[in-house]
Amino acid sequence: MSAEPAPQSSPEPRSSINAAEVARFQAMAADWWNPRGQFAPLHRFNPVRLDFIRDQAAAHFGRDPRTPRPFAGLRLLDIGCGGGLLSEPMRRLGFEVVGVDAGDRNIGAARAHAEQLGLQIDYRTATAEQLLAEGEPPFDLVLNMEVIEHVADPGEYLRSTARLMGPGGLMIVATLNRTAKAFALAVVGAERVLRWLPAGTHDWRKFVKPEEMRGWLASEPVTVAGPFGVVYNPLAGRWARSADADVNYMMTVRRAPEATGAVAGRSEPGLGGTP
Amino acid sequence: MTERFDIVVAGAGMTGASAALALAAAGFRVALVDPHPFEQQLAPTFDGRASAIAYSSFRMLRTLGAGEVLEPQACRIEQILVTDGRAPGAAAGSPPPFHLRFAADEIAGRSGGEPLGYMVENRRIRAALAEAVAASDVAVLTPARVEAVEVGPASARVRLADGRALEAVLVVGAEGRGSTVRSLAGIGVTGWSYRQSGVVATVQHARPHGGVAYEHFLPGGPFAILPLTENRASLVWTEPQRRAEALAAASPEAFEAHLRRRFGDFLGEVGVEGPRFTYPLGLLLAEQWTAPRVALLGDAAHAIHPIAGQGLNLGLKDVAALAETLADAGRRGEDIGAEAVVERYAAWRRFDTVALAGATDAFTRLFSNDFPPLRLARGLGLAAVNRIGPARRFFMSEAGGAVGDLPRLLRGEPV
Repeated sequence: MSAEPAPQSSPEPRSSINAAEVARFQAMAADWWNPRGQFAPLHRFNPVRLDFIRDQAAAHFGRDPRTPRPFAGLRLLDIGCGGGLLSEPMRRLGFEVVGVDAGDRNIGAARAHAEQLGLQIDYRTATAEQLLAEGEPPFDLVLNMEVIEHVADPGEYLRSTARLMGPGGLMIVATLNRTAKAFALAVVGAERVLRWLPAGTHDWRKFVKPEEMRGWLASEPVTVAGPFGVVYNPLAGRWARSADADVNYMMTVRRAPEATGAVAGRSEPGLGGTP
Repeated sequence: MTERFDIVVAGAGMTGASAALALAAAGFRVALVDPHPFEQQLAPTFDGRASAIAYSSFRMLRTLGAGEVLEPQACRIEQILVTDGRAPGAAAGSPPPFHLRFAADEIAGRSGGEPLGYMVENRRIRAALAEAVAASDVAVLTPARVEAVEVGPASARVRLADGRALEAVLVVGAEGRGSTVRSLAGIGVTGWSYRQSGVVATVQHARPHGGVAYEHFLPGGPFAILPLTENRASLVWTEPQRRAEALAAASPEAFEAHLRRRFGDFLGEVGVEGPRFTYPLGLLLAEQWTAPRVALLGDAAHAIHPIAGQGLNLGLKDVAALAETLADAGRRGEDIGAEAVVERYAAWRRFDTVALAGATDAFTRLFSNDFPPLRLARGLGLAAVNRIGPARRFFMSEAGGAVGDLPRLLRGEPV
């Protein structure tokens, strides 16, 4: 339950990075972790997705989430890790974490923050496709959160990320649904009216429908479940799980264990937020 | 040498000790620090007050392991009678007439047959909490004065006056109005004195009180008779500061003579038991509830007028909300001292507290006044609330602590 022991003295900066750069990355990290700053919407959204990931992982891997560091010994990949808002909590829950992001400024900020907090996380400037091409050893849990709606070829991307899972692995995908409601709330509401996000953050045409994900993964030895909806309650200022998957939702993708010959592309019906 | 904990709670009073218990129950390693020896607060001369504990707060004390000891010492409040402008003594022989009556059986459906609340002497609450703390994993570091809190990116270092140092992810300030952690964190306060003092004494009376709490609004300030166990009552006698000082300094005979005039004889022969205490009354609100790696609780964040008997209840609600916020955050791997996390606790509690502080402040100003139009207005107001069942039941549920988004501990569930 507690943080990893903090280092006694501040860690040595990496020799390849000069002191001014470290200071710049620390300032960026402070922005990422400021709950009232530009990433405030992400901070509000974080608890509901962290709870979902923990509960899904605990059920899938048979771990007791009430014990300290319940996921010790499992390898996790956080795709599009940004400043590390998911990677750090996952490290505290015991996972060995690899965080990748295409932006090296994000990786610099994430690294600076993890070092300040004394958390061991392997951050790399890379894409999921690069990891696959370089023969990265497989992961037990792949977090594919709010990335797919930003990539050029979502089908190819989703299949690559699914192949980063080892046999018996789990992947959680979060994205936005391509519905009229999502256009009204996530694009017009969040970007243009509330200005939670800079205009142009999301292109509605790239939002993904749950059945499209199923289709793209049909050729892979995986089982897909979901969608699991999440909605924002503006009065409480909190996100919560919901049967409504019209805007934000998550899917789980399980790779068959090696021993059993799984049927490729088998897909469970959508469970509508009641797993 | 630096000892490491998840959380350091500064202030081992009722709120601080409850916080330490709740946070330890949530699985955190907790240190409880106080400048006084922990046992000192158990002496009968340390705290002569009694507190109303809402039934939801009492559920939490049970969950935290202090309920069994407290139960026989807690007096159920079955009714609250509110009168305006007249001392009960004016109605010799019979209970004073009332303007507003709250009865527990009216909200029985909502409260599961529980009373409006319980009255318990503070020294009993302190003793029960001390017993529960001794039986817990909480590390009690007393006497130890907090001298400095140095906030770093990953943790805070708490330096104690005796040279020891503690490292924790979060420091909780629960030391009451004069919170050291609050001032070390640079958090300012706003507030004012009511230029009133509460004189508190325990009285023994011949006839049973039947679990009735009396609140009389007299020109000098409210005069409350709060039922305790064994035919005793706690008096809270609010007067302008000067008069209160004179009352506190008066000879026992003179004090009892004043008392009889106010109290009347509707509960039979009355005698003062033990020492008298005086407490200055004032409103104090912290400008912020949190700072980096710091959270404030109870009177350190908000000290209100005791008129509605909600001071300790507010503190216990803070405890329940903080423990739940941190437990949930810890279980999802978040940094429990991060601003994003402690701010959730503050947002949860801020509205309720400011609303209550405002209400008690307005109430005190409205009632501590002998201006005739105001007296007429409040007489009409009390009568109106008394006639409107739903309004009355709402006030009772609010006083019982059953309104709003209740933390698990206040529902009697584990954190």
